[in-house]
Formats: sequence, structure tokens, C-alpha cells
Amino acid sequence: MLIKKRPSWALSHSDVTPESVYLDRRRFMGGVVAAALAGTGLPRLVDAAAVPVQGESLSYTAMPGFSTDEEKTPYEDVTRYNNFYEFGTGKDDPARYAEEMSVDPWSVTVEGECGRPGTYSFEDLVKPHEYQERIYRLRCVEAWSMVIPWIGIPLADMLKRFEPNSRAKYVYFETLYDPDQMRGQRSLFSTIDWPYQEGLRMDEAMNELSFMAVGLYGKTVPKQNGAPMRLVVPWKYGFKSIKSIVKIRFQEERPKSTWEMIAPQEYGFYANVNPEVDHPRWSQKRERRLPSGLLSPNWIETRKFNGYGEQVAHLYKGMDLTKYY
Amino acid sequence: MALPMPAFKGLVFLLALIPLLWLVVRIVTGSLGPDPGQEVTEALGLAAFQLLIVTLGMTPLSRLFKWQGWIRVRRMLGLFAFFYACLHLMAFLQFILGWTDLWATFTRRPYIILGSLAFLLLLPMAITSTRGMMQRLGKRWKPLHRLVYPAVLLAWLHFLWQSRSDITEMLVYGLVIAFLLALRVRWFGWRSLIPLRKPGA
Repeated sequence: MLIKKRPSWALSHSDVTPESVYLDRRRFMGGVVAAALAGTGLPRLVDAAAVPVQGESLSYTAMPGFSTDEEKTPYEDVTRYNNFYEFGTGKDDPARYAEEMSVDPWSVTVEGECGRPGTYSFEDLVKPHEYQERIYRLRCVEAWSMVIPWIGIPLADMLKRFEPNSRAKYVYFETLYDPDQMRGQRSLFSTIDWPYQEGLRMDEAMNELSFMAVGLYGKTVPKQNGAPMRLVVPWKYGFKSIKSIVKIRFQEERPKSTWEMIAPQEYGFYANVNPEVDHPRWSQKRERRLPSGLLSPNWIETRKFNGYGEQVAHLYKGMDLTKYY
Repeated sequence: MALPMPAFKGLVFLLALIPLLWLVVRIVTGSLGPDPGQEVTEALGLAAFQLLIVTLGMTPLSRLFKWQGWIRVRRMLGLFAFFYACLHLMAFLQFILGWTDLWATFTRRPYIILGSLAFLLLLPMAITSTRGMMQRLGKRWKPLHRLVYPAVLLAWLHFLWQSRSDITEMLVYGLVIAFLLALRVRWFGWRSLIPLRKPGA
């Protein structure tokens, strides 16, 4: 009997790698290399927007007049690099732990110097308004910045519905306080006196730039970014843009903001972006526009009022901004 | 202990390299996030601080376990702490400052000054860590190397000053350092903590 012995080097047709697999492998390796380059700051080949945008789709009108055409910070970075100390002080803590917060149902208490105080459901607050998309720069006091496409409502439109009276000189905002849902609030040695609170002068709040955001990248705002609604005041350092708001109060006396209470010499009430006034611990002259790279850090010059001087500089006429920082 | 000295030293060497290797892995896989410079700088500084504390623990460990092996890896650990401190400083200059604003940063920012002082205290210890220097310095070597105590305290303050709202982590580090220093006081007296004291004085 003749037994055909196949030499060990002979490959059968089934051993041939199908072209699709071969191509997939190249694509895979391309991905690995690109991912490696992404960390080093060489041009990113991976499209970070490939990370699917989470949340419910919102319908909105784009507002080019209120938008920058600077390159947007990828969704992935906007939603995984956050300061939201209610969930921990690490930048990736909010993305990891914000899921523990329930935002549905949600209500906001409105009180103080206004004609229509009360507790409003999230739906009641947003229903009368049409959503807009505004692409704003966000400058963090820590000297990094992002460009984020927000979806939301002009703050003035929302506040007017509560009919603030003539004694309403300031508006105060407060974040949810619920240690069961917010692990950062359970920390024993936190110097923050929860709940987180912020405030604006009435004319600042009524400025056309002030925005109440309920979404980003076209969908409902992720919890780590301050769901279901958060403030966006783009000419001020990021900490003024308070997240997950549960209380709005109109008042005559100036409220204190949380960071001002912790370190008044470092964080002022106004907190306007200003390259001429350094933070005591670091310079504010420049910022790292994220995503930044290791080999090519994306440094840019910081602009006064974060580049929104045209819209807001008049609010501070005659004020010494080195004193009222 | 059954572990032969060369194997133990090799093991400690590899363990001390882990922070660096982990950083390399994160750089290569692009998992440092959108602000990698900040991340790298912080990770290197933390590694330096942690290794400095580990170095302080070697004398207590050798007394507790009555084994000289711990003392024999002390110099290597101290040099690793210095190595990470050097990388941390370089990363800070390159990634955070971009070599600008140097004068203001190193003269006006208190936490930077504290960190720099800690580094300056490590420097003479690293230089005099060789056997030759040890012999040349003789009795003066030990008091010089007590600089490690102010160095670790300065490094701790350097971190504490930067914690913005939650000091839990730094309190834990502080307790560990206090415990290690307390052991020294108990065994060798207060004066064993004072650097640069003349031998016999």
C-alpha cells in the first residue's frame, strides 16, 4: 500500500490564512501601534470618537455664534478625565463611581428672592426650552483645558422663569449631597464641607454665555460630567461650573463657593480665567489642551476670560482682578 | 531566612523596578489618559516617596527578624528612591514646566521648594553611597546619611501641600513615617535622628 507521506513543510490549502484574517491582523497591529503612539503624543491614529457616545439622543439647534471651531476634545477624554470630588479625587474616579448615583427622578429646589420658588422636576425645568449646542472651551484651574460640545439651555432663560426680584443680587447653586450614592462624601478626612456650592453675581448668571448643560456630544450628559444638569460658565475656571445641581437660591448677599471656603488665598469667588494672576502654587500663563502627549505636550497660551472677553469683560469694568480673582 | 543573599537582592531589585516598568507598559499601551505628562510626573514622584519610606523600614525589619539581609538591600533601595526622584524632577521640568517659568517656580512655590529641598538632601547621600566614600568618610558617614529623616519629612510635606481636599492618603503615609521614626527613637534615642551631628558628640 502506498502511503503518501506529506513532508512537514507542505501546507494544505486550509493552512493558508484567509485574506480577511490577514487584513484584520494588520488592522489590529495598526491599532496597537496607534494606541502606543497616542500615549506618547505622536499623532493619534486611533479615532478616539470611535468610543460610542453613551446616553439618550437629544434634539438641538447648533449655535455657531456661541461655538469655537477649535478641535474638540474626544468624547473618551471628556468623560474619563474629570474632577468631581463627590466620587473621589482621582481623575478617573468619577468615570468609575458616578454610576452609583441615581439621576432619575431628579428635582431642583428653587428658593430665595424670587416670585416662583418651589421644587421643580427635571422635566418641568427643561420642557419649555429648546436645546442648543454650544462648543465651549473649558479651562481648569489646574492648567489643563478641553473643548466640549455641550447641549443645554441659556441659564438666563431658565432663571427668568423663577421671576427673581430686585433683591436677587446673586444666585447660589448646590450639588446633590448623598453619601450613600457619592463615595467621595463618605471620606473621613476630606476638607470639603459638603454639599459642594457655587455662586454667580446676577449679571454673570444672566450673561448670554452662561449655560445650563443637560448633554454633551449630542446625548444626555454622563453622570461623571454632572448629570442630569450642570452649569457651564466658560470664562471662569472649571470649578465654577457646578455639577448635578439640586438647589438654586436667589439672594442679596454674596454666597461663598466651596473652594473659596477651603483656600481663599488660592480660589476666589470670581475665578475668572486670567493668565496675569497666578495660582499661588502654579502659573496660569499657559494650559495643556487635552489630549496632550508626552513627546509633544499640547501647550497653548491661556487667554484672559478664556478668550470670551468680548462677551464678559464689561462685567468687571473698574474691578481690580488681582484682588477679585 | 532561607533565601540566599544574591537571590534576595535580585528579587528586591526587580520589585523596585516595578513602578518604572508599569509606567512603560502604560506609555506603550497608551493608557495614561489625556494628560500623560502629569500622570508620569506624579507616578515617578510617588515611587520615589514610597521607596524612601521602604528604605527607612529596613533597619526595623532587620531587628525584628534578626536578619542582616534587610540592611544589605538598604543602599539599593535608597538609590532607587534617588533614581525615581531624578526621573520625577526631569519629568516635572519637561512635561509640566516645559523648561519655562523656572525661576518663579523654584523660588515662589512652597511645595516645589520643599520637594527640591528633599531632592537636595538625597543628593549627597547618593554621592557618598559607594564603599569607597564610606571608607573615606569613616565616622562622618553615618551622621551624613541621617539626612534621610528630614528628606522623608520634606517629601511628605511636598505631597501634603498638594492634596487639595482629601488628606486621608497623606495621613496614612504620615502615620507610617511616624511609626518608623518612633521605633528609632525607642531603640537608639532621640539623638539618632539628628543628621550631621559630630560622632561621639
